[in-house]
Amino acid sequence: MFSDPDLLKFIFGRLTLEAIPYHEPILVATFAAVVIGGIALLGLITYYRFWGALWRDWLTSVDHKKIGIMYVILALVMLLRGFADAIMMRLQQAIAFGGSEGYLPPHHYDQIFTAHGVIMIFFMAMPFVTGLMNFVVPLQIGARDVSFPFLNNFSFWMTTAGAIIIMLSLFVGEFARTGWLAYPPLSGADYSPGVGVDYYIWGLQVAGIGTTLSGINLIATIVKMRAPGMTMMKMPVFTWTSLCTNVLIVATFPVLTATLALLTLDRYAGTNFFTNDLGGDPMMYVNLIWIWGHPEVYILVLPAFGIFSEVVATFCGKRLFGYASMVYATVVITILSYIVWLHHFFTMGSGASVNAFFGITTMIISIPTGAKMFNWLFTMYRGRIRYEVPMLWTVGFMVTFVIGGMTGVLLAVPPADFVLHNSLFLIAHFHNVIIGGVVFGLMAGVYYWFPKAFGFRLDPFWGKMSFWFWLSGFYFAFMPLYVLGLMGVTRRVSQFEDPSLQIWFVIAAFGAFLIALGILSLLVQFVVSFIRREELRDTTGDPWDARTLEWSTASPPPDYNFAFTPVVHDQDSWWDMKKRGHSRPLAGFKPIHMPKNTGTGVILGALSVAFAFGMIWYIWWLACLSFAAMVAIAIGHTFNYDRDFYIPADVVTATEGKRTEMLASEV
Amino acid sequence: MTDFTDHSVREGQAPTFYLKEEHHPEGSTMLGFWLYLMSDCLIFAVLFATHGVLGRNYAAGPSPADLFDLPLVAVNTSMLLFSSITYGLAMLEMEKANRNSTLAWMAVTALFGIAFVGLELYEFAHMIHEGAGPQRSAFLSSFFTLVGTHGLHVTSGIVWMFVLMAQVAKHGLIVENKRRLMCLSMFWHFLDVVWIGVFSFVYLMGVLG
Repeated sequence: MFSDPDLLKFIFGRLTLEAIPYHEPILVATFAAVVIGGIALLGLITYYRFWGALWRDWLTSVDHKKIGIMYVILALVMLLRGFADAIMMRLQQAIAFGGSEGYLPPHHYDQIFTAHGVIMIFFMAMPFVTGLMNFVVPLQIGARDVSFPFLNNFSFWMTTAGAIIIMLSLFVGEFARTGWLAYPPLSGADYSPGVGVDYYIWGLQVAGIGTTLSGINLIATIVKMRAPGMTMMKMPVFTWTSLCTNVLIVATFPVLTATLALLTLDRYAGTNFFTNDLGGDPMMYVNLIWIWGHPEVYILVLPAFGIFSEVVATFCGKRLFGYASMVYATVVITILSYIVWLHHFFTMGSGASVNAFFGITTMIISIPTGAKMFNWLFTMYRGRIRYEVPMLWTVGFMVTFVIGGMTGVLLAVPPADFVLHNSLFLIAHFHNVIIGGVVFGLMAGVYYWFPKAFGFRLDPFWGKMSFWFWLSGFYFAFMPLYVLGLMGVTRRVSQFEDPSLQIWFVIAAFGAFLIALGILSLLVQFVVSFIRREELRDTTGDPWDARTLEWSTASPPPDYNFAFTPVVHDQDSWWDMKKRGHSRPLAGFKPIHMPKNTGTGVILGALSVAFAFGMIWYIWWLACLSFAAMVAIAIGHTFNYDRDFYIPADVVTATEGKRTEMLASEV
Repeated sequence: MTDFTDHSVREGQAPTFYLKEEHHPEGSTMLGFWLYLMSDCLIFAVLFATHGVLGRNYAAGPSPADLFDLPLVAVNTSMLLFSSITYGLAMLEMEKANRNSTLAWMAVTALFGIAFVGLELYEFAHMIHEGAGPQRSAFLSSFFTLVGTHGLHVTSGIVWMFVLMAQVAKHGLIVENKRRLMCLSMFWHFLDVVWIGVFSFVYLMGVLG
């Protein structure tokens, strides 16, 4: 029966045994490590009888706090994968000199740089940012949950499904060799006939649905669910930057979806959008993808700006300097980010006037960003600065990001860009702003909100280790790339001729090694903090003497967040409550209306992996079946009208009673 | 309930910091659905822009004047416009709490929708038969994709219509179902607006050359 090629082709599409890379020792070793790790994890879950709790309390949860935590876990896992790619590239470039081909053949190297970019942006930074927004925003605005709790769970599982699809390409088939934005015609059917680009397309499409829906959800939440008294101009700055980021998500991710859909049609249906012949226009793709791509970097960095604003105000014990200007700067950046996309391809040849327009708009963005920088500086000025770990990340950010910003303005000058386009100078620039801005911000945010999420602080020693390794590692890894870029070295090259360049790559590899130690310290920090959790316990709910509403409730917050909805009178509403002597209500609790958990999201996520796998490998029966199942389950879900329940008043009373005891034990 | 909008509270005097009663924020579904529609609108914006850029790239193949049968498209357009009117009538019946006539107008709307999709499929089949399929030129790629995406939306609207009819038949015009009817209403009228764009820019201006 299995000798019939037609039947085999029907069952497996273009998937054959050769697609399993068992002849690549690096991948086999990785696969073995993943399998051993996976079995260990499953074994532990079974040993501790955690399966039931995992399903009931986590996978099916519609609680924004748990979904936020799951997003961050996903992001940390993907950080490890993305970083593994990074250090492999650094090693390859450090040794592939003078006739040595290094240890990575070009076709493998090309997959690695593509995967590194895709994973770091879409599956590390995006879930990290979304996770923090999910966890923090409802707490900061005094809400019980987001506007659409089920949708939130569904969005998370679509993002995870996208990550799984991308990860599958490591062990089944190959990944794209096109660079992280998959420009046609290289990514078209003629030049990339394999499954790599299809993994890329379907992974991003599935995750993109999750991202767009989560953006809609958070906008609705911020606009509609704020506590009474919290006008727009009394919202915490992180909530403001989250709002702007989600507006950008909703305003740009559909563009990505549509653009990738057109590329999909070119590859699957033989249309001619971005082909070289029959009227297609590859530059149309480049324009469209950057109309999404440029706002994307602000989607990532705006929440980081929000985190720094919270951190600076808290650890300087001062109200944020220039709140209104901070808000306006955020809004201006949001708008401007939409009209600068062409600076990514000044060399397209669109003419001097067009290039001048986009060069000038790009330079203008540095004005509101600079205003923010001064606001943070003036907040620190004459503040009582406590150099806790989040504050270290913030100061590290301020220095690093200014350098990245200035090289960005250099690149915004079209004639300079003609020289520096696609060089390592560009690589150094965007890592400078994304690591120095986004990653530092996320690290500060994790340390800052960790006690809120888990009830104990992170170990400061390992936090400081992580910070110093990251900071020094960053400079060692990327300053040499500026030098190399100015010397004319282009990006995405796996072997070099000129031996005089090698020393710079060796320094960069040393920097990557330092960053590896920074990531290791971060992981050690989690383990050490868990072991020392009783010493680091936060009984107050407000370990940093902070200013916004999330610190007014317990750490970790109860399922319902706030027993009574807080009433807001000031920008720093929790600070205001503390200063004016609020008294925490101890009686009169009411039953609280809550959404029910549901398994629909995780099932739909799993089916979308099956659907994508079918589409990638041309296994049409699998794609059709799983698509039909998704539609049926989604429709079935709408027939369920029983979606909420009440937490009884005595449960609330008991929970709040425990907190009263805990607070009393502190004094 | 205490007046929490009072900002005249002076320093040192403790105002109300907690609501004693349960707080019920107003529903976000309509806002959320509007946001979804706007994100969908951007997908159409990309397709319109693509058609704007590639719509004259015939690659020595047929042009709109060779292909488009305007009377057929006019009939098709009227199907969709009528369906919007009948959906409006369904909503009026919903306001009057007449379940059966709401269902009846929804059925009529779905029929108009099916007629629209059917005529569109006929048009597509005819063009492909004449050798003017989506692979022929960038103009035809963008034409089929833009019009086809709209058609897919109408198709999912029809599926939604039947699902919602089953739900209204089962549970009546309860709050949840009224909210869903409102969402479908916005979706349906939105598709109408998009179609007016398609009709004007793709068909009429296409034929003008």
